[in-house]
Amino acid sequence: MKTATRKSIWDLHCHLSGVNGKTVDERIARLMEYADRMGVERLVFFMGWPWSVDPDPDDFRRQNDQVIQALSHWHDRAFGFAYLNPKYPRECLAELDRCIAHGPLVGIKLWVSKRCKDSELDAIVERTAELKGVIFQHTWYKAGGNLEGESTPADLVALAARHPDIPMICGHAGGDWELGIRTVRDQKNLYLGTGGFDPTAGFMEMAVREVGEDRIIYGSDIGGRSFASQLAKVDGAEISEKAKEKILGGNLKQLMLPILKQKGIRL
Amino acid sequence: MITDVNINLSRWPFRRLPHDETAKLVGKLERAGITQAWACSFDGLLHHDISALNQRLADDCNQLGKGILVPFGCINPTLTGWQKDLAQCKRKHQMPGIRLFPNYHDYKLDDRLFADLLAQAEQEEMIVQIALKMEDERTQHPRLRVPAVDMKPLPELLEKHPKIRIVILNGMKTLRGDLLAELVEAGNVYFDISMQESVGGIEKMLKLIPLERVLFGSHFPFFYLESSLLKLKESNLGRFREEAIRYKNAAGLLKT
Repeated sequence: MKTATRKSIWDLHCHLSGVNGKTVDERIARLMEYADRMGVERLVFFMGWPWSVDPDPDDFRRQNDQVIQALSHWHDRAFGFAYLNPKYPRECLAELDRCIAHGPLVGIKLWVSKRCKDSELDAIVERTAELKGVIFQHTWYKAGGNLEGESTPADLVALAARHPDIPMICGHAGGDWELGIRTVRDQKNLYLGTGGFDPTAGFMEMAVREVGEDRIIYGSDIGGRSFASQLAKVDGAEISEKAKEKILGGNLKQLMLPILKQKGIRL
Repeated sequence: MITDVNINLSRWPFRRLPHDETAKLVGKLERAGITQAWACSFDGLLHHDISALNQRLADDCNQLGKGILVPFGCINPTLTGWQKDLAQCKRKHQMPGIRLFPNYHDYKLDDRLFADLLAQAEQEEMIVQIALKMEDERTQHPRLRVPAVDMKPLPELLEKHPKIRIVILNGMKTLRGDLLAELVEAGNVYFDISMQESVGGIEKMLKLIPLERVLFGSHFPFFYLESSLLKLKESNLGRFREEAIRYKNAAGLLKT
């Protein structure tokens, strides 16, 4: 397997779950053992536990504190994004300052509390971009219907179109990726996140064909998912080695370079 | 050596897959070190001419399989004359087992016809594979939404068929808790790793299921083959456990 020998796999999409551990420190250490086995060099974590689909500000601050604590012994390998709930825009802006401007986090994670097409998101993405933070939005097209606040790729296109100079990541590639890829392909400031859905063959080939190898970013969604099933989407795809290198790390590194440089983080 | 117990030939009904031509699929299996692959056909999900389907499956395995492909015929017990299909699988095609898709064929495991099928399969000494699902329900075609097979009736049924060998495909992540424990207790029930998820997934699986009942299965070509291959690497198994999952458990199942 080539995965083991690659030097620079960066994983966009990691949670502090799927392993035992009473503290975040225990959990991240255990997760790193698996990352080592799979040759994953750098990992981006967001959200603590217990999870909340609609956290109030105290809750998302608590979860961000958990992530900050988890990173504290792993600055050489781990990054973190701040989990926000756009239902609380004022508190989100304050959390951006606390966690990114004055803290160690380097991006934001938006989940399922509020659909991202709404105008309340504008100030959040604008401030994140000012701080050079990376923006990650969960998206799905579910056959049985989405949650009330769960965004589709089309919702993200609406947001991205209002901010064409701000890059954003379409998490899960929309889940039903044949639909997700079609939706985002022409919105050039959108990237596809590859994690958190089954390793269905043909996904990566279509993504490279329609979106291009420069706008696809590997992520796993561990610990609910495995590194194995998610890395397989890249390793098993009939695409060039150059494309695989970009998807597995190069593209995320490029996207994060401005904020890493600003924070004085050397690679 | 690896025995993959979960391969399908022909076309997935809803899109082309990169390895849905048998020759190309076999080439990929060879390069990945798969030495034996138990194969059914995606045609089995929706086709009604089961006899022709199983003939094509046997021909493909014989002519293109390079000694790797082992055909597992499809049986749909809701179709009149399924007993003849089963007999053909055994006697004409010399298949060691069959694969069932109860959710696509619209029957429950507590239906009488399933009990009849199990009884005949037991008599014929055939392995019975049950595909619990084929894909994430959230990504199914809106006009063909097929819920996962409800396995609850199976443990009680297996008490009446102690010799039958059952392989549940694509069941992990869906099966859990008491039902999984009951299936483990029920008899000769085996599970493949294709849909096992979470970090170190096989390590977790082995806390719930005895080693000898865990089989390597990939659900290739619907899934990337590398998914199951990399799961062997991600879990800290050691040589003994890894060899059991890679091929020894399947070899034992075939001999039984």
